[in-house]
Formats: sequence, structure tokens, C-alpha cells
Amino acid sequence: MSVDSVFVHKMWNDVELSKMVKGGVPFPMLSDSGGKVGAVYGIYDEDAGVLTRGRFLIDPDGIIQGYEVLTPPVGRNVGETIRQVQAFQLVRNSKGSEATPSGWKPGKMTLKPGPDLVGKVWEVWKTDMAFD
Amino acid sequence: MPEELKVGCARPTGGPVGEPAKSDKKEPATPTKEKSAMIMIGKKAPDFTAPAYHAGKFTSVKLSEFLGKWVVLCCYPGDFTFV
Repeated sequence: MSVDSVFVHKMWNDVELSKMVKGGVPFPMLSDSGGKVGAVYGIYDEDAGVLTRGRFLIDPDGIIQGYEVLTPPVGRNVGETIRQVQAFQLVRNSKGSEATPSGWKPGKMTLKPGPDLVGKVWEVWKTDMAFD
Repeated sequence: MPEELKVGCARPTGGPVGEPAKSDKKEPATPTKEKSAMIMIGKKAPDFTAPAYHAGKFTSVKLSEFLGKWVVLCCYPGDFTFV
């Protein structure tokens, strides 16, 4: 979503993005030309008249589970966004019985929070697991 | 002579030049600008509709139509920006 019109979205997709991604952008490109939606989400830069790089993860109940906002010159890490979605999906599927520690990615161990884990995280989770 | 704009990552914008026009309106004693509630993790994502371009068609997208699915809402400064 950006403040550009759907016509500009079409041109960007058709003349440039479709050369990077076969078949073009596979999801809807939204237009927020007045910045009204961005303002509600706290990412509309009124002085520049644009949206900043805000990214929101919304679960199947419509609840915001996470967000990240960057100023324009620094791009995002899509892999990290996907990792977060996978982690939130795992937690949701476990109905909250499992949690993903720092550095978790699919295949790595999860934590099962409860009285038995208090003071014992050090036994099952090592600091090098925070890194890839 | 028009100056060539330095191309950066933000979309170039203009604005009015000179002193701001004087307004007869008195400043209200209390600011009336609506304070929008800040979004919060763990809280409902504000619903909205927005025009969209998708699969060769112009459509309208409503956030609440995606209930039951995970949504990544991704915003950026402008089409044809570099990052």
C-alpha cells in the first residue's frame, strides 16, 4: 500500500515489477492516496505526504500480532517477516502452549512455558541458538 | 531556471512558498485535532477499504474480508522507489 493511485500501481507492476517477479505482483497493490489509512496505522508522514515503510502482521481474528516501521532509505528483510509469520502460526496452532525463543526458525526447538521451566531455560536453550 | 532534483529514496514533494496566508479564524482554546488512537499489538487492526490493482484489474479491498487468513499489510513511500 502506498499513496500512489491504482493507475501508477498498474504501470509499476506492468513495466518493472513483472520483470522481477514472473506474472507480476501476486497480491493486491492498495492505494491510500489521502494517507487516511496510513494515519490510522501511525505510519503516514504528513510533511512528505507519503507512507513510511510500515509492515503489520494481522492474524485470522484481525488482531495485530506485530509490526515494524522503517524510514524510507532502508529496505526490509522479507525472510524475517516470513519467519515471524511462521512463529506466530506455530504459537497459534499450539493454542499458546508453545513459545518460540530468540533465534527460532522452523525445525528449531520451542519452549513450553510453565512452572517447570522457571529458572530452567538455561538448560534447554543456549545463546548460540539465537543466531543462524 | 528549473533546478534538477536530486533523486533519493523519498518521493520529491513541493509546497507553498512564502509566508503562510493569515487566517481570520481565532485559534481555538483547546486543540481540536482529533487524536487518533495508536494501534497496539494484541488489539484489533483498524478496518479499512482501499482501491487496488490486482491481477490486471482495478478492485476494492476491505481488510475484514481477510478474516480467517493471515495478512501482511506492507506500506512503502512510493511506486518506482529504489529500496
